[in-house]
Amino acid sequence: MMRFSTLIRHPADWMIGGAVDNAVVLTSRIRLARNLHLAPFPGWATAEQRRHAMEQMLPVIQELKPMKDAFAQSLSGLTAVQKQVLVERHLISREHAARTEGSAAVIERRQSLSIMVNEEDHLRMQSIRPGLSLSVAYDALSEVDDELQQHLTFAFDRKLGFLTTCPTNLGTGLRASAMLHLPALVLSDQIGQVLNAIGRMGLAVRGLYGEGTESLGNLYQISNQSTLGESELQIIERLERVIGQVALHESNARLKLLEDDALMLRDKMGRSFGILQHAWLIDSKEALNHLSLLRLGANLGFFPQETVRLCDNLLMEIQPAHLQLHCGMKLSPEQRDERRAQIIRSHLQNVPSPVMVSPQNKTLPFSDPPPPSEL
Amino acid sequence: MKCDFCDQKATVFLTQLVEGQMKKVCLCESCAQEKGVTDPTGFSLADMLMSGTPSSALIGAPAFVKTRGSGAKKCPNCGFSADDLNRVRRFGCSECFQVFRPEVDLILRGMHQGNVHCGKIPKGFEEIHARDEKLEELRGKLEEAITLEHYEDAAQLRDEIRQLETPKPTAPQP
Repeated sequence: MMRFSTLIRHPADWMIGGAVDNAVVLTSRIRLARNLHLAPFPGWATAEQRRHAMEQMLPVIQELKPMKDAFAQSLSGLTAVQKQVLVERHLISREHAARTEGSAAVIERRQSLSIMVNEEDHLRMQSIRPGLSLSVAYDALSEVDDELQQHLTFAFDRKLGFLTTCPTNLGTGLRASAMLHLPALVLSDQIGQVLNAIGRMGLAVRGLYGEGTESLGNLYQISNQSTLGESELQIIERLERVIGQVALHESNARLKLLEDDALMLRDKMGRSFGILQHAWLIDSKEALNHLSLLRLGANLGFFPQETVRLCDNLLMEIQPAHLQLHCGMKLSPEQRDERRAQIIRSHLQNVPSPVMVSPQNKTLPFSDPPPPSEL
Repeated sequence: MKCDFCDQKATVFLTQLVEGQMKKVCLCESCAQEKGVTDPTGFSLADMLMSGTPSSALIGAPAFVKTRGSGAKKCPNCGFSADDLNRVRRFGCSECFQVFRPEVDLILRGMHQGNVHCGKIPKGFEEIHARDEKLEELRGKLEEAITLEHYEDAAQLRDEIRQLETPKPTAPQP
């Protein structure tokens, strides 16, 4: 069986865009909730019933083709830091990390497929892909779902669809979401309008980091709220359309900023770059916000293109549990700030100072985009 | 203010959004420790509610469903009651959705785009469903045939039922 250190050593496939365009939409994620017929749901089951359900599901999951040589571990066999690393990588949920005996996680080696056993539902499976590719992620996961259904009987009702612990997941049990980097919409003060428009479409949007409406690093997650009354395809198509439009607005806003005030942009990039390269103590908030600008700068040509990948990698590596895992010890917040600054400096040492970019080389995707309030 | 779990003075106040509802729990230092509220790896108020939090945690939240008269209703498969449903706003097992169907319909009002599933259907579900309906029909006919003392028909119906029942068990494994 794969060891934890082996699983985590490499960045996930979806963290590296590769040939995929991830300038605005970093990742697409699909989650399906499934439960066993008649077995009490994990939250209501006794420890014995939970264990029994897990013993039924685990062998079937490990027989799945993509799960050959996968990482499979009972949550009682993971340390607090290891669990938190999996949360930071979006491989298990925060709720799942709080569990111990009777719950497990099975994670494919490339980290694009993960299955939580006995989370709120008996099975929570998810598939992640880089860029905007919700339907690709869904197709892969649906195949896994089909294969599991040959060996397990899932709770299903003709009218209510797949039955889930919480009524908010009934029907398809599908949650589709995408992570977006929207620095230009924030810089140009259009973000409020865009978020409102998304909300009016019945979709949920929240900052990836930070609390409430505040978003650190200008990273946002958009997802569906309704799971019943629409097919999986309808849910995904609607989401992809809206996300595609938000991404277009962001791209246009980036080029508009460049056109209107390239000097202001270069100044911002240079300041962020300077702080990141010379800080010896830096907290998450500050690091995320400067890395966000660096990422934008790389996308606009102020920094070499491969800086985008550096930033994406750092976004993961500078999180608290990742820092502690690499140090092999528990760190106080102050020690983390020191360690975080050190990692950032070492990653950025070969990145050159920002160069001036002239807006003439860039053309707007659409010269006259629709107002953001009409997505 | 007293702890929701014991009589000691509450020092930890936890507020969390659970399905868009603000839930508040008051805890003393030792109960907070025990419930893992201070555990940085994550803590879900929903789970704590699920595992039997006193009702004070729901103060201010409207009742999920009306339990008057139906408070005693329990799921025969898992023992989940209408009161539990009100308390945790979740269900106990797949059978609960049959037992609490009127409550489910109420809960779903306005929650989703629609009230009828039109997505994926498990492979084989339609066949099993059709077979169950057919069996139901045959059993009805059998009873009728016996009442009318049409024993030849009854024998034939009985054989048909047996044949339908044998290939695979109707009820999925518990």
